[in-house]
Amino acid sequence: MQYLLLIYGNETAMLNTPKEASNQIMAAYTAYTEAMKKAGALLGSNRLRPTSEATTVRAPGGKQTVLDGPFAETKEQLAGYFLIEAPDLDAALSWASRCPGSQHGAVEVRPVWVM
Amino acid sequence: MGDVASTAEAVARASYGKLVAFLAARTRDVAGAQDALSEAFAAALTDWPHSGIPRAPEAWLLTVARRKLIDAARRRRAGEEAAPTLALLTDEFDEADGEPAIPDERLRLMFACAHPAIDAGVRAPLILQAVLGFDAAAIASAFLVSPSTMGQRLVRAKSRIRQAGIPFRVPDPDELAGRLDAVLEAIYAVYAEGWSDPAGTQARSRGLAEEGIWLGRLVASLLPQQPEALGLLALMLHTEARRAARRDAQGEFVPLDAQDPARWDAALIEEAESLLLCASRMDAPGRFQLEAAVQSAHAARRRSGQTDWSAIVGLYDALLALTGSVVIAINRAVALAAHLDGPRGAAEGLVALDALDGARLAEYQPYWAARAALLARSGDAHAAAQAYQRAIGLESDPAVRRFLQTELSQGFSKQGAGDKPLPSPTPVGEGPGVRACGPLRSAVRNPR
Repeated sequence: MQYLLLIYGNETAMLNTPKEASNQIMAAYTAYTEAMKKAGALLGSNRLRPTSEATTVRAPGGKQTVLDGPFAETKEQLAGYFLIEAPDLDAALSWASRCPGSQHGAVEVRPVWVM
Repeated sequence: MGDVASTAEAVARASYGKLVAFLAARTRDVAGAQDALSEAFAAALTDWPHSGIPRAPEAWLLTVARRKLIDAARRRRAGEEAAPTLALLTDEFDEADGEPAIPDERLRLMFACAHPAIDAGVRAPLILQAVLGFDAAAIASAFLVSPSTMGQRLVRAKSRIRQAGIPFRVPDPDELAGRLDAVLEAIYAVYAEGWSDPAGTQARSRGLAEEGIWLGRLVASLLPQQPEALGLLALMLHTEARRAARRDAQGEFVPLDAQDPARWDAALIEEAESLLLCASRMDAPGRFQLEAAVQSAHAARRRSGQTDWSAIVGLYDALLALTGSVVIAINRAVALAAHLDGPRGAAEGLVALDALDGARLAEYQPYWAARAALLARSGDAHAAAQAYQRAIGLESDPAVRRFLQTELSQGFSKQGAGDKPLPSPTPVGEGPGVRACGPLRSAVRNPR
């Protein structure tokens, strides 16, 4: 099965992390990504630029509105994702619990509805 | 025809959980497995009267159910998880004595239902529904929610198992802690349902106590390093050992204190004791071990002729600290009264009962039965009579009702305090869903 691991965290805190700590987190992500690749679990991953750079579009009834900002103001923001292949939820949860993001914020695990 | 129907029913009862577990473990689709199985039972009822009851009815049902599942998978939108279902086609069994040995995967099914990704409140009901095939209405009444709410929760949980990919496996030791609790709780709920019908008059409850013990044995044999799994089995065996002694020759209710220990099943008691000893060596006490220890203290009367009430009060203290359960608090009050004996004991017990939250106890029969007996002992005939009336009104078992009516009409008023047996302070656990913080209900009774 495919699962999307959605990494949520406090964006302001993340952007204000001192350089050294930030480097450490990045190194942890690099190792994590590498481990997933080696295990054959990784299908794709990316870090997202901050929500201040987000633009949200809605077009109810064909009437398009474009808004500056994320779709909702939340305490923790979506910061990145990993798309993985895992045999079951336990395997996906095990990857999620090892994600560096789970130490600073939360990782939501969503089964992918394959189209 | 009647014969076929009763054979079908017997197979359904004996094989339901096993067949659901077998099918669902391969497809992760509990609802689909249940649907296919009920179609197979329907087919049996039309087919068997003509072609005769098959040599291996369980295997016959499984074959039909598999075919139904595969048909259903083919009808479904292409690409949606058809592969595991189709793999059912190729799955073969070992043949033992010419009959296919269908592997028992009920424990794996139970752990899927007890997964942390399933809402905690629905885990035990889901286990009961999946393994025993109870309908939502029966489960709803035991867990104090409306049938439609329970139905929705069960549907949602089953869909979640399938869509989120919850695995059918026994968790690794490091993950076991929280998950085992829900499984043990569900098994005990099965046992308690069977126990509340000692005469075996209700078709639904018939054999449930045996079923609970069977599941308990399965878990204990697979997880012999889990002291609570051993504790639960010890608890069930201790209470089961007293089954015959709970009724006299006329079918009347006999409270624990009045039971003849010679009528207890010595072999079951021995087995329970050795399980409890094993568990206690692991040095990790828990609710089921403590409750089994209370039963063990009662069983000791078989040899000593005495009940060590002080030990029982101590065990209830530990249980109360662990669970905060009102049911335990009631038992503790009764044990305390027995320990101190006489009017002083009754007074202390009543103080302990008075300290409980009365509003939630309004419909809880054991509370009123305990209160009635303690009031009678303390010499307050008027209040005792009122409490007996409430206990009788809340009781659903006719034998227990008659016992209480006899107590009320002739028992306590003629006798002095101290020579009257107290009600059995042994409602060991709590029935399905009746938790310390939840509502109480007399219909979900506890083994006594």
